[in-house]
Amino acid sequence: MNQQNYPIALALRGISKRFDRPAVDALDLTVYGGEFYALVGPNGAGKTTTLRMVVGLLRPDAGLICIDGIDALSDPVAAKQITAWLSDEPMIYDKLTPYEYLEFVAGLWRIEPAAAEARARELIGWLGLEPHAHERCEGFSKGMRQKVALAGALVHDPKLIILDEPLTGLDAGTARQVKDVLRARVRAGGTVIMTTHILEVAERMADRIGVIAGGRLIAEGTLDDLRRQTGKTATSLEDTFLMLVAEQAAAA
Amino acid sequence: MSQPASLTWLASHEFRLGWRDWTSLITAGGRTRARTAAIALIIFVVFMHLFAFWTVASYANVNLATDTAALVGITGSLVLSWSLLLSQAMESVTRAFYSRSDLDLILTSPASARKVFAVRMGRIAAAAIAIAVLLAAPFINVLALLGGSRWLAAYGVVATMGAVATAAALSLTIALFRIMGAKRTRLIAQIVAAVIGAAFVIGLQIAAIFSAGSLSRFAALQSDWMLAHAPDTGSAIWWPAHAVLGDYAALGAVMFFGIGALVAAIALFSRRFGEHAVAAAGVSSATVRQLRWSLGFRRRSQGRVLRHKEWALLRRDPWLISQTLMQILYLLPPALLLWITFHDGNDSFLVLIPVVVMAAGQLAGGLAWLSISGEDAPDLVATAPITSRRILMAKVEAVIGMISLIFAPIVVVLTLDAAYAGILCGLGVLSAAAAATIVQLCFRVQARRSQFRRRQTSSRLATFAEAFSSIAWAATTALAAAQTWAALGTAAVAFGILAGVWLISPSRASR
Repeated sequence: MNQQNYPIALALRGISKRFDRPAVDALDLTVYGGEFYALVGPNGAGKTTTLRMVVGLLRPDAGLICIDGIDALSDPVAAKQITAWLSDEPMIYDKLTPYEYLEFVAGLWRIEPAAAEARARELIGWLGLEPHAHERCEGFSKGMRQKVALAGALVHDPKLIILDEPLTGLDAGTARQVKDVLRARVRAGGTVIMTTHILEVAERMADRIGVIAGGRLIAEGTLDDLRRQTGKTATSLEDTFLMLVAEQAAAA
Repeated sequence: MSQPASLTWLASHEFRLGWRDWTSLITAGGRTRARTAAIALIIFVVFMHLFAFWTVASYANVNLATDTAALVGITGSLVLSWSLLLSQAMESVTRAFYSRSDLDLILTSPASARKVFAVRMGRIAAAAIAIAVLLAAPFINVLALLGGSRWLAAYGVVATMGAVATAAALSLTIALFRIMGAKRTRLIAQIVAAVIGAAFVIGLQIAAIFSAGSLSRFAALQSDWMLAHAPDTGSAIWWPAHAVLGDYAALGAVMFFGIGALVAAIALFSRRFGEHAVAAAGVSSATVRQLRWSLGFRRRSQGRVLRHKEWALLRRDPWLISQTLMQILYLLPPALLLWITFHDGNDSFLVLIPVVVMAAGQLAGGLAWLSISGEDAPDLVATAPITSRRILMAKVEAVIGMISLIFAPIVVVLTLDAAYAGILCGLGVLSAAAAATIVQLCFRVQARRSQFRRRQTSSRLATFAEAFSSIAWAATTALAAAQTWAALGTAAVAFGILAGVWLISPSRASR
């Protein structure tokens, strides 16, 4: 994609967060509208902390977060209205059915009931949840719970979808369905930012990949851009990623 | 050292797990809190001994051996305590059936499942006995100190009560499994446990209301009818009471029966326990279809969406309902007393009001924890386009709405009987509920609803603040109903508790 033709969906400027030690360190990141952006990095690199700050679950110690031109720190409600968050551990209510869960999410996002219901039915069908739409979620497998949570993230038609390891623990069929839904979302003009440890997924799905280590963005671009950065053009993303992380560790 | 997978080896493993559970319960998982917990425990032990001195010191030197009224009183107290032990033991047995934890490891290991479950049952019994002995110890110690060593025999009786309670709990729960099946037993056993825990107290109170017009538990035990129908003092039914009073022959018989019952139950049920635990493992995959009363998404404000969700989750969770059922059950005697006074026109509502207000405070505390801290999808709610203040408001409204719904009938009937008392009672209910909710707001943590049982140990400060606040509001309302200025003093205490809670609250400190 030609980035110049698209508006900025997410801009992070000098974002920092410290717990016992710096988790995110003056991070700058720009993601464009209609882009599929994958954030990869070793465990503890600061990926999840970064994304949790973007969706308002953590407040940064310093920096600026802009979502679709909205300052998310000074007007979090407006920013949240156009954002969706999905974590690796689907958090849904065991005693609600998928249908009721989507009604609840639509109510929280103040979506017109008729439109929300049409969208919910579409998502339920799309994700193969129809036979279970009116069953309580308490007996659902991890994959089904993730599908319900994904439907919840999409029911309010967000401009920006942020996913933290959404494919962890899913079987091949469910993972394919989730990936298809996300691709369709990007085709329709939405922006997807996803962290993943499955580098193959990042390689196949993402328009751009950001490599984060030690709380900093150490490399960014298409797979070819990343390869060029390592000086070895014929390597896989896995090799490229390991080289970049090793370089960063040596520099640190 | 014992042989791996032998009974003693397994018992030492269970003991280690049990000990660590207990210490983490006391120290809330923090090593640094151990010293504070030890100091608090010492203060609690001293307080309990003072309380015991205040309540039982006058009985220490009385020769009660042939007094039917005393035997009825002691036996009634023992049965009352035993019903509570049985309730706790049933909870433990049910939890052991349904908790997965290490069950997969145990059942796939070459160790004898029968031995493992026999030891596990022994652990439940040991816990029940330990709790019984610890709770009774201050009373027995005071009696022994003032009345002589004969009272120490009571320790044997109390320990036997724990053993018999466990044996009965095992029998009851396994019977429920056979009759109801694995799917229904969890809920029914927990409701039965709650009802058993409350039934004896409530039954006595109801009997007392009819016989003496008061809420005293002992009024019924000492009534003419009860004494006239009691067996003579030589009957075996009084052996536990005789044993408490230092009759060692009776003590031997009671302990022989109790230990025998426990050993028989363990021997009989250890194999079935494993089978039922396996059956219980399949329950979680059961599906529940939810009928829709109306089609289509409904238009609601964000606050209403949140309130509706809270009510739906609570309504659909029978386990949580059974956990809060006890407090609602305790409202039955006051309601009955109200009904009687409504017809008689006397002033018994002065006794009724604090009971109702106290129950409202305690129930609100539980509901507030579920609503405010027990959020199963915290990320979803926190990333919704709604301010955190509005989210909390909606949750508080859900709690107060539910309390209003539960207590409205009592307040309305009381208002019809005595308008002033009724209005005061209503205000007291709302104040106690609001105060308990504020305590939960100040001590809010992120937890899953399934952790409800542990809420009282996760913050002891919150638990004590909630209880003292409810007591203060109950006293304030009762004194105000009695039209005395002392109500201002207890109201000041109630506000003081809230101020203290606000000052030390972790949520304020983290701001």
